[in-house]
Amino acid sequence: MKIDDRSVLIWLNSLSINNRTIDKLLLGFEKIADIWYCEKNKIINMPGIRQTVKDRIVRNRTHSYLEDYFEKINKNNINVLVKLDENYPERLKHIYDSPNVIYYKGEGLKNEISIGIVGSRKSTDYGRWACEKFTSELVDLDVTIVSGLALGIDTISHRKTLEKNGKTIAVLGNGLDNIYPKRNTDLYKEIEEKGTLLTEFPVGTPPLAYNFPQRNRIISGLVSGIVVIEAQEKSGSLITAHHALEQGKDVFAVPGNINSLFSKGTNQLIRDGARPLMEIEDIIEEIIQLKEIYEKNNKKELDYSEYSETELKIIKIIEKGPIHSDQLVYKLNMNISSINTMLIGLELKGIIEEGSNGVFMMS
Amino acid sequence: MYSKIKTCTLQGLEGNIIEVESDLSNGLPQFNIVGLADTSIKESKERVRTAIKNSGYVFPLNRITINLAPANLKKDGSQLDLAIAISILKSSETILKPISEDIIFIGELSLDGRVNRVEGALPMVISMRNHGINKCIVPFENKDECAVVEDVEIIPVKNLSEVVNYLNEDLDILNYKVINYEDIKNKSIHNLDFADMKGQIGLKRALEVAAAGFHNILILGPPGSGKTMAAKRLPSIMTDLDFEEAIEVTKIYSVSGLLKKNALIKTRPFRAPHHTASAVSLIGGGRIPKPGEISLAHNGVLFLDEMPEFNKNVLEVLRQPLEDAEVTISRANATLTYPSDFMLVGSMNPCPCGYYGDPLHNCTCSQRSIDNYLKKLSNPLLDRIDIHVEVAPVSYEDLKSEYKEENSNSIKDRVIKAREKQKIRFKGLSINTNSQIPDRKIREICKLNKESEEIMNMAFKKYKFSARTYNKLLKVARTIADLNDSDDIENNHILEAIRYRSVDNKYWE
Repeated sequence: MKIDDRSVLIWLNSLSINNRTIDKLLLGFEKIADIWYCEKNKIINMPGIRQTVKDRIVRNRTHSYLEDYFEKINKNNINVLVKLDENYPERLKHIYDSPNVIYYKGEGLKNEISIGIVGSRKSTDYGRWACEKFTSELVDLDVTIVSGLALGIDTISHRKTLEKNGKTIAVLGNGLDNIYPKRNTDLYKEIEEKGTLLTEFPVGTPPLAYNFPQRNRIISGLVSGIVVIEAQEKSGSLITAHHALEQGKDVFAVPGNINSLFSKGTNQLIRDGARPLMEIEDIIEEIIQLKEIYEKNNKKELDYSEYSETELKIIKIIEKGPIHSDQLVYKLNMNISSINTMLIGLELKGIIEEGSNGVFMMS
Repeated sequence: MYSKIKTCTLQGLEGNIIEVESDLSNGLPQFNIVGLADTSIKESKERVRTAIKNSGYVFPLNRITINLAPANLKKDGSQLDLAIAISILKSSETILKPISEDIIFIGELSLDGRVNRVEGALPMVISMRNHGINKCIVPFENKDECAVVEDVEIIPVKNLSEVVNYLNEDLDILNYKVINYEDIKNKSIHNLDFADMKGQIGLKRALEVAAAGFHNILILGPPGSGKTMAAKRLPSIMTDLDFEEAIEVTKIYSVSGLLKKNALIKTRPFRAPHHTASAVSLIGGGRIPKPGEISLAHNGVLFLDEMPEFNKNVLEVLRQPLEDAEVTISRANATLTYPSDFMLVGSMNPCPCGYYGDPLHNCTCSQRSIDNYLKKLSNPLLDRIDIHVEVAPVSYEDLKSEYKEENSNSIKDRVIKAREKQKIRFKGLSINTNSQIPDRKIREICKLNKESEEIMNMAFKKYKFSARTYNKLLKVARTIADLNDSDDIENNHILEAIRYRSVDNKYWE
C-alpha cells in the first residue's frame, strides 16, 4: 500500500485526533507523509501534545491497521474527502477548525445553495408547523436543507425535504457506520439513498455527547444561513447559531411566545440581533443568490403560450411596474372595455392583481 | 240663482274634479265658501271680488254661498280662483250662455283680473282627461306644459274678461296645440361634455355602461380625480326622455312649482342635493307631502357627492325607493305616492382625508376612522348599487396625453342603441331597462353559456361575491352585451362586469 499525504491524513483522523492537534503535529514535518516514515522518537519528543495521542500514533503506525481501516470504509460504501482533494468543499476550508477529513455517503456535496434548519429535539406543535412551512418553502426554491439527523426539528426538516423530493444533507456527530438515534434508522437509509450523510468523525466513532456540538460548526459551515426553529435556553441549536455568526452567516430565528420554554432560545437570539423569521421573504431578502432564484422562479411560472397576443402585450407592460388601466389604453391604443375584460381575465388566472385606485401589478 | 262649474285639485300627482257651486240669494251681502277649503282658498274671496270689479263687471250684492263638492275632500291651491269667479259671474248672469259640463277651469286671479300661472297644471290636465273632460281653460303661462296632452282642448287665457268673452262666444280662442312631441323636442343641448375631461377612461366607460342600463353606480377615488366632473357630464350621454317619461317628469316638477320655462321637460333630471340634506328633503314631505329629491330625480340621476358625508339615516331611507322605484309618504293630512325611478350616482373618497392608497399623498386617517367612514354605506345599500368603480388621481401623463377624448355625443349614440335593444326586449313587460329585470326573470333574460358559467364560478371563489351580487353581475353583463350589440352574453361581457364589482372586496369585507 502506498503511503501518501492523503492516506496519512485519513490515518491520523482515524485515530480520533482532532484537527488542531493534527495541524500542530504536522508543523514539525516538511511533508505530511513524513510523519509515517519518521523516527519514533521524533514523535515522542514533540512538545505540546498529549502522551496518549503520541502513543496512539506510534502504536498504530502499521500497514495492517491502515488497510483494515480502509477496508472498513469500503465495506460501508463511504466516500472520503481530505483537505488536499480538489473536490473538498471550498465552504469548509475557511471555517475555524476546518475538518481535515470528511466522510460521506450518498450524493455528495455540490456547490448548491443550502440553508441549515436546526432546533429543539423536543418540539411543540408550533415548531413542527413552522419547520414544515419553512422547509417546504425553501425546497420550492431548490435550496438544500442541512440538518443534524437528531430527533425533533432536525427529523421534521429532513422528512419534509424528502417528501418534497428536495435535497438534504445530514451532518452526524458519529461515525457513518453507526446509526444514531436508532429511531431514525429508516430516515438514515432514505437520506443515504436520496441525499447525503456527512461527518468528520472516523468510521467506528460511537455517538458521544461531546462530539455533537462540534459537528454544528460543519452544519453552519456548509450553509448560507441558519434557521433556528425552536430552541430552549441552553441548546445545541444556539451553538450552531453562534458558529454561524462567527462564520459570518445569516441567522434567522422563528419568534415564539415569551412564556414558551421552547422559544426562549430563539427569542433570545432575536434580542441578540438574529433576524426574526416570519415569512420566507425574510430569508430571501438576506441571501442574494436566493433572491435571484426566487425572481427567476416566479417568472418561470408564466407559460406564455397560454395567453393571447394582446394579453401578452399587457403582461409585458405590467411586468415593468404597476400601471393604471387608463395608461394601458394609451399604450396599447385599445378601447377600455377590452382592456378591462383582459385585466379581469388575467386577474382570475392569478397572474396579475389589482392594487388600490385601479392600478394593476404582477401578483 | 245657481250655477255649477268644474275645476280640479291635486292629491299628489292625481287630480280630482271639484264642482264649484254658487248660489246668490237675497239677504245681507255676504261671501261664504264651504267645503273643507284650505286657507289659500278662503283667501280667494278677496281676489275674486276685486278681480271681478277691476275687470269691469258687477260684483253681485247678494248673499253668496260657494260650495266645493265633494265636501268631504280637503282642498288646497289657488287654481280654484278662476272657477269661483266664473261661477259667480254665471250666477249673476254676466255670462249668459250655458257652460258645458266638460270644461274645467284652472287659474289663479290677481287683483286686476289677470289669470296667473298655477303649480301642477300638467298633472291636473292629464287626470282631467282621464276623467273624461275634453276642454281645459288654463292660464296663458301654463299653456306650453299643458299642450302636450292629447285629446284635450287647451284654451289659454290671459285675464278674466277673456274667459267671460269666450264663454259668451264674443271671443274665439283657439285650441293651443303642439302638433308633435318631436317638434318641440329640439335636440337637448348640454354645456358639459365628456370631451372636456382628460383621462379617466375607465370611469367614463363605467358611466357609459351605467347610462345604458340605468344602473346605479358608486365612484370611489381620491379628491381631484374627476368624480364630480364626470358625474355632472352623465346627463349628456343619457338618452333623451321619451314622451311618456317626459310627461312623468314634468308632472312632478309641475307639482313642485319647479317648471322653469313652463314647458315639457325634455332632458333627464340631474339632482345633486348637498350632503347636509335631511331625510325629508330627499324622500319628500311636508304637511301635504311634496316630492323630494328622489322623485325630482325620477327618470334621471340622483347624484350624491361625498356620499359618506350624508347622515347615515338619510342614506338608509334610500333603500326602499331604490327597490320599489316609488315612495309612499304618509302625513296626518294625506298619504301620497310619488314615483322615484332614479339612477343613483354616488361618489366618495376612500377615507376621510381622501388619500388612502394614494401613492403621492400621505393618508393621515386612523384605521378606525377609515372603518367608520366606509361603514356609512351599509351592505344592503351597497348591494343595490350595481356598478362600483375606483378611480386614480389624474396624472400629468393623462393631462398631456395626445389621446383623443371621445365626446359625449358619440358615447350617447352607443347608449341609445343599447337602450333600443332593451326597449325591444322588454316590450310587453312592465320594465324598461336591464337594471329593472326582476330576479325571477333574470335566468331567462341573462343566459350564460358554459364557459361564462365557469368564469363566474372562478370569480366567485376569487372575490367571494355574495349571492345577490350574482344577479347584479348578470344585469350589468347584459347591458355590456347590449352596448356591444350582442344578443348573447359572452365571456368578455361577464369579465368586464366583474371588473365593476371587484372593488368592494378591497374596502368592504
